[in-house]
Amino acid sequence: MSWDWIGSHGPLIGSLLGEHLYLSVVPVVLGLVIALPVGIVCARYRRLYGPVLAATSILYAIPSLALFVFLIGITGLRNETVLIPLTLYTLSVLVRNVVDGMRSVPEPVRDAATGMGFGPLRRLVQVELPVAIPLVVAGVRVATVSNISMVSIGSLLGFGGLGQLFTTYGIQLNFFTTAIIVGVVLSVALAVAADALLVGLQRLLTPWAPR
Amino acid sequence: MTIIHGIIAWLTDPANWSGEDGIPLRLLQHVTYSGVALLAAAAIALPVGLWIGHTGRFAFLVVNLANAGRALPTVGILVLVVALAGIGFLPVLVALVVLAVPPILVNTFEGIRSVDPTIPAAARGMGMRGTQILLRTELPVALPAVLLGLRTAAIQTVSTATIAAYVSLGGLGRYVFDGFQRAQYDVVAGGAVLVAVLAVATEGLFTLLMIVLVSPGVRRRAG
Repeated sequence: MSWDWIGSHGPLIGSLLGEHLYLSVVPVVLGLVIALPVGIVCARYRRLYGPVLAATSILYAIPSLALFVFLIGITGLRNETVLIPLTLYTLSVLVRNVVDGMRSVPEPVRDAATGMGFGPLRRLVQVELPVAIPLVVAGVRVATVSNISMVSIGSLLGFGGLGQLFTTYGIQLNFFTTAIIVGVVLSVALAVAADALLVGLQRLLTPWAPR
Repeated sequence: MTIIHGIIAWLTDPANWSGEDGIPLRLLQHVTYSGVALLAAAAIALPVGLWIGHTGRFAFLVVNLANAGRALPTVGILVLVVALAGIGFLPVLVALVVLAVPPILVNTFEGIRSVDPTIPAAARGMGMRGTQILLRTELPVALPAVLLGLRTAAIQTVSTATIAAYVSLGGLGRYVFDGFQRAQYDVVAGGAVLVAVLAVATEGLFTLLMIVLVSPGVRRRAG
């Protein structure tokens, strides 16, 4: 380990970390915004769910690397290109969890809301979605952690993020081990921190859940 | 639509189906890398998952370690082992095993742990002992969860074995990297299609295994 290198490259490491965070979090937000309505509709109209599920699992089978290369041909070697496949992967995880979450709402709960005079929209926002939160957050956690590890794969093609420490500053600088270890440690730290944050967020959103 | 024509033209060109850079050899390499890695990961994760699920010992520690392991960047592990041990199959194997162990381990553990406790109790009452209870009652009941873990690991391994080509090995990833470097996007897309087909076939294989291996009684209840 060359600690001097770490000390003198603080700004570089910081900016790669920021880039990595941006590239892995934005797709989660975009994916959630799309998956919520799609999942809610799929939970209600069961016939739609089969085809949607098949499409998302085929999508998940396409290797991220190939999807990155394919998109470079269309949108170029810009960081925004990474956001597209990661949003699609996030979607394929989240749609399933939103549907499971909506189905986990017990029928009596739904009936009670209707009995109290809740219309369909108010019932959805104030009763069904809150009950579905644990399963939705579980999906968001899986998507976030897998995005953080997938952003590094983009570095094989020249995209930014911590993966640059493996390629540009690691293997291409004569197999410089320090940079590679810094990249691995920071990736894991980022994932663990993001996961802890999401667990905290879930506790905040579901104050009624048993601890 | 030109890209689809390009993929079809590439896939149906007889020249791409033979020789050193032919599809059959690349496919065989890809299946070998993923298969060896999956077997190695199963050899590590299955016994550990079964044991901590059966005894409940070290469960918290092992499951949390496995979940943290999911966050390990595959590319980072790959280049780190290359830097330490040089180019070869070892870095690819280590990276893929690290990728495949967590889903197998966690699913096996969860599957065994969620077996109705009256089942091992009944087995004990019938005179079975530790290993017998685990292998003859708990494992058959938990088998759907165990197979699900193996399936997730297999699909991820097949899809990620693409990166072997980055460290000068073969496999279907060669088409992706070589096509990228030569700006032949129909080759890249053709390679991607082959990997995706292989991944979907893997999923089909495990669906079949689920039907063949899981006892009808357990399947009916799970279905």
